[in-house]
Amino acid sequence: MKAVETINVTKVYPNGVVANRNVNFSVEVGEIHAVVGENGAGKTTLMKILFGMEKPTSGEIRIFGKPVQLNSPHDAIALGVGMVHQHFMLVPSFTVAENIMLGIEPRKGLFSLDFKRMEQTITEYAKKMNFELPIWEKVMDLPVGVKQRVEIMKALIRGAKILILDEPSSVLTPQEVNELFAVLRNLSKQGITIIFITHKLNEVKQIADRITIMREGRVVGTFKNEELTESQIVELMIGRKFEYDISKSEHVAGEPLLVVRNLNYFREDRAHVLKNVSFVLRAGEILAIAGLEGNGQKELVEILTGLRERASGEVLVDGKNVLGLRPWELRRLGISHIPEDRIEVGSALSMSVAENMVSDRYDRPPFSGRIVYRKKNVIEFAQKLIAEYSVKVRSPTTLMRMLSGGNMQKVVVARELTNAPRIVIANQPTHGIDVASSEFIRKKLLQMRDSGKGVLLISTDLQEVLQISDRILVLYKGEIVAHLRNENLNETELGFYMLGTKRQSDEELKELLNV
Amino acid sequence: MKKSLAFLEISRMIITILIALLIGYIFLLFSTKNVSEALKWFLYGPLSNQRRFVEFLNNSVPIMLTGLALSLVFQAQVFNIGAEGCLFFGGFGAMLVALKFPQIQLVHLIVTLFAAAVFGAAWAFVPAFLKVRWKASELVSSLMMNYIAYLLVLFLVNNYFRDKAAGALVSYRFPQTAWLATLTRYRLNSGFFIAVSAAILIGFLLYFTKYGYQIRVVGANKKFGFYSGINVGLTVFWVQLLAGALAGLAGGVELAAMYRRFVWQSLPGYGFDGIIVAILARNNPFLVIPSALFIAYLRVGANIMSRMTGLAPEVVVVIQSVMILLITAEALLDRFKKKLIEREAMRNE
Repeated sequence: MKAVETINVTKVYPNGVVANRNVNFSVEVGEIHAVVGENGAGKTTLMKILFGMEKPTSGEIRIFGKPVQLNSPHDAIALGVGMVHQHFMLVPSFTVAENIMLGIEPRKGLFSLDFKRMEQTITEYAKKMNFELPIWEKVMDLPVGVKQRVEIMKALIRGAKILILDEPSSVLTPQEVNELFAVLRNLSKQGITIIFITHKLNEVKQIADRITIMREGRVVGTFKNEELTESQIVELMIGRKFEYDISKSEHVAGEPLLVVRNLNYFREDRAHVLKNVSFVLRAGEILAIAGLEGNGQKELVEILTGLRERASGEVLVDGKNVLGLRPWELRRLGISHIPEDRIEVGSALSMSVAENMVSDRYDRPPFSGRIVYRKKNVIEFAQKLIAEYSVKVRSPTTLMRMLSGGNMQKVVVARELTNAPRIVIANQPTHGIDVASSEFIRKKLLQMRDSGKGVLLISTDLQEVLQISDRILVLYKGEIVAHLRNENLNETELGFYMLGTKRQSDEELKELLNV
Repeated sequence: MKKSLAFLEISRMIITILIALLIGYIFLLFSTKNVSEALKWFLYGPLSNQRRFVEFLNNSVPIMLTGLALSLVFQAQVFNIGAEGCLFFGGFGAMLVALKFPQIQLVHLIVTLFAAAVFGAAWAFVPAFLKVRWKASELVSSLMMNYIAYLLVLFLVNNYFRDKAAGALVSYRFPQTAWLATLTRYRLNSGFFIAVSAAILIGFLLYFTKYGYQIRVVGANKKFGFYSGINVGLTVFWVQLLAGALAGLAGGVELAAMYRRFVWQSLPGYGFDGIIVAILARNNPFLVIPSALFIAYLRVGANIMSRMTGLAPEVVVVIQSVMILLITAEALLDRFKKKLIEREAMRNE
């Protein structure tokens, strides 16, 4: 019997983006079903439709064989669908029990809660499901893995027979992932149907019974786990044979372009976010700063690009200290910046693609005379860049918000690499975009390096770091703990430095300033 | 796609106006026996003779200028609604110069109007500066500045410039050299041409100059503007000053042409009407012209209706408000818009 079935479901968002096209998708009762695909393939939209958060534009949804209309998550929950979101929806200051029973809490009299019955219900349920939960602890004191179990419990106790998990493993450590999988297997044995979205193909192979692959809003196919290898899955996801054809030429680094000395920064909450950071970026190299998210990279980039004030130390360009200069002054020095957040920082969604491409040079010829803004020249220029960076867009006057993530990022990169920069600061330049666009952007960064620019690449993606960088610094808790040449390195070794279990001696690190 | 969306937008306008008129009609049903007569005067009144037509144009002048001021700040996503205070203070500035400056032909008038703009800008300086320096909400400070302008100016005018010979609480009469001409025997405010040219000029500024681009980027996404190297604080500051100048000019023009004295004993409300005009024009300076004319037409139509039939003009305020509610209601006809977008999106597959 089928737990969930969608028949020709199409979803068009109000901005014209087609997220799902005639999706036919079905899940058997009690199976663990993985949905994989690149960002923007429509996985999350499909799940939101099943949970009643989005209404399909057309098509039919069946739950346990019955055609249903889902107007809100309430309807979905009533039909036995539960969802665990990527970002947890819990009240941090409430206990586990309170969170689980929120909205369905047993009462005693008019005003007080029946805590005893609360505990009873939860423990009973937990025992049945073979779950362990510290029910009277506050959620904010719990590790992420446990929080996730609270979310799962929350859905189950509301009667979920079908459990949807949106990238459940992305926030977990490897050990927690194993625990999660044990829980999921157990639930599946109890007849609960599990649908989960993920990026990590090794996990898919590890746990899924069947796999549905999506691409550009369509279902490419549904397969039994045994039928596919990981690389076959990748091929189906991106729609072609995938090979890393990025080759890095030998290159000798030139004179120093950017010298950072003893940079220290205290955040508003007084946390010491950057501790004596020093390094040199040379012409013709890609210097990568690796590290897990939240180890000071964001602050470092914002300080170097003038978006954040009040750091101490020295940042030298052409021998002059540029620390504390504003973005317009730094841009004039030839520092360009691909920001981490292309939507909030890197673009104006309500303006056209063309206008987004000149935001850093709109006031100069040929885009402006002394006063007049020359729209024609802007559009012409945009047309050229669109072709050169193969941005998929109908016209330069299309609004930025109509673009997919990958294309949006290409617009940002196109702008930042074409204003004759000397130093390119690229913060997570391929974060959350499709494989083809990522590859394209990496190649462009390599081109910049080969033409003698200095590229500072900040990335949490180790594959990317190993693929294109010349040297690697590892940032851990605001400190540089390793300085490595990108020769015979592997992810595991970098991982040790990133987790703080290993660090280089001060002598080794001193070499930093003299390379 | 763009064409059909524009068509949708226009039909939406028309439908809202029709709905509003229908609601107005229902109101009229309750308040008068002769509904068709009242409605006739309301809809056709401003066109019924030359005098009324001029009255209609004159009515559009101050709200065109304040609407312009507000469309400019709204474009930059700055919510300075101090146009009323700027207008009041600008009017005071105009009076001051009109009464004190030597009476030289033409120069006197130009200086008077210029003073109105400068006083308006000076009044806008306060919230603008507070915003740039201490990030004080311009919404609150500009609103407060309206009351300060009102009471301060009233105090000054009534105590130092009051014409005791006049029968009402008004200032001394402006000397003739400070008069802004009124044309034809129905007294068309020549400020109308000032307002229209200002709208075209500001429209040009916004869409065809680099400063306009800067303002639009700041309005679209301030973080993006700052990141791109635009001095966002400075832009926001100057936009408010320019808007203040426009609102001040509105006050000067109105007094110098229509009254030739400082006559206001209460806030005339043009600054607030300007908000309506700007919203109706979707903050597009070019569209401020028809938008202000439209509002003025309603106002004058209402006056004529009430004069001809003895009906309370308040009915019209109701109709107007309904109309504005409907026009600003984004969700109206949203379903059609969605359908249209969906169809287009699928066709492009």
